[in-house]
Amino acid sequence: MSSPDDRRYTQEHEWVMIDATAANTAVAGITDYAQDQLGDIVYFELPKVGDDVAHLGKMGEVESVKAVSDLFSPIDGVVTEINEKLLDHPELVNEDPFGEGWLIKATMADATTLDRLMSAADYDAFIAGL
Amino acid sequence: MILPASAHTWILPLWSVTHYSPMVTSDNLRTNLYDTHVTLGGRMVPFGGWDMPVQYPDGILAEVKAVRTACGVFDVSHMGRLYISGPKATEFLDWVLTGSASTLRVGRARYCLICNEKGGVIDDTIFYRLTEDRYLLIPNAGNRPAVIAWFQHWIDEKFFPGCSMEDATTTTSLIAFQGPYTPVLIDQIVDQPLSTMRPFSWAEGAIQGAPVFAGRTGYTGEDGFELLVQGRDAVKVWTALTDSGAVPCGLGARDVLRLEAGLPLHGHEIDEATTPIEAGLGRFVRTEGDFISSQLLESQRTGSVLRKLVGFTLPGRSAPRAGYNLLDHGEPIGTVTSGSYSPTLDTSIGMGYVLGRDIEPGTILDLDIRGRIVPVTVTDLPFYTRPRRT
Repeated sequence: MSSPDDRRYTQEHEWVMIDATAANTAVAGITDYAQDQLGDIVYFELPKVGDDVAHLGKMGEVESVKAVSDLFSPIDGVVTEINEKLLDHPELVNEDPFGEGWLIKATMADATTLDRLMSAADYDAFIAGL
Repeated sequence: MILPASAHTWILPLWSVTHYSPMVTSDNLRTNLYDTHVTLGGRMVPFGGWDMPVQYPDGILAEVKAVRTACGVFDVSHMGRLYISGPKATEFLDWVLTGSASTLRVGRARYCLICNEKGGVIDDTIFYRLTEDRYLLIPNAGNRPAVIAWFQHWIDEKFFPGCSMEDATTTTSLIAFQGPYTPVLIDQIVDQPLSTMRPFSWAEGAIQGAPVFAGRTGYTGEDGFELLVQGRDAVKVWTALTDSGAVPCGLGARDVLRLEAGLPLHGHEIDEATTPIEAGLGRFVRTEGDFISSQLLESQRTGSVLRKLVGFTLPGRSAPRAGYNLLDHGEPIGTVTSGSYSPTLDTSIGMGYVLGRDIEPGTILDLDIRGRIVPVTVTDLPFYTRPRRT
């Protein structure tokens, strides 16, 4: 499936988009390709509300049954909300990685950071080459 | 995030997020069911020199649940099939195995270890007595060359010409049919009543005309059968099993199931530098008779060992992984060999070695999960025992 073109992507398989419901805020998650490669996700270690996250800095971890991976922040900012549903239902990310399975929301220090990330078309070409 | 691009990260002890290699390398062997796995959407990964499915599209958790509550089917053709024959076959196996061949009756099977002269485990194996002078032995995929070399060395040294070895791995297939529904289903699929067979015994039958050698054995902690068939019959037999409702399961589910059942995996809990006594497998080492490393193993059994395998649990779903440190009041005292979230028990479980002390069940130790220190409780193995069904 092609990735939604309303957001931007990193080479580490995170997505980020402007959050329509709050000013200067972005919402971020991991891609469908990422959840598919990980398999059944069982655990997230996410930052706390108020934590600083840095563009491509480690912001947490994800564990599937057979794998563990670091999560990197797509943006510079301050975490305003985490997806609490994932604590009991990490499988939401397997089921709906671009929607219900979002990971964090954060205020953006610099919205132009998004311009440095890949478009959906570029990301799809990137994963096609992996 | 950095993804598990290397299939090794799925199975091998040390999770390395920086080690990338192709998903499938061209020099790996393929089982007779390779195309079937690809058609079913199996994710193929290199394991033990073979390209094998680590999971199918429904995922590891669904596959584990199928085996615990209904039935699953695994292609385990990557494991070896060695036939040992001849008037000295029994004497030979009594020498190279920790379990006795001479006391094994025809029709029965036994689990035991193949040790080097220092008591280190070259492999673990199940062997079946076919006739007075003929046995079938199943080594692990990656250890098959080492086992063959070791056996040939001793045949040449002590047992030639009374014993010979034949490797039927590439001409046959091995399919594991595991789960509580398998006794009922097997009698509908095979032309002989196999459900009355005792655990660790074998019998023969046919599936749609294809000859089947069936052992009541497995590596999941459930009731079940392992079916040895000719390579040309593999797809037919596999399809008969999946048509009966058995869920295709990959190596990922197999690893979770064996860990829940407290069963060792060579390269993790056991290896050439570890003895069966250290690994808690002393019950599979006979106390009488002369065999390779028998004196050393007996002295470890009656004396002490430097390290001992323990099982432990921790609440939640963040899993211990091979290579993580076990701590006692901040002091490193051991290393994790295997760990996983256990979907059956809904807690995280692990096994590992603890150095230089006796650790009783109930003891609290600490586990270093990538810098996070969490308490774990030492527990008896296995973690999971299947319910008795009447």
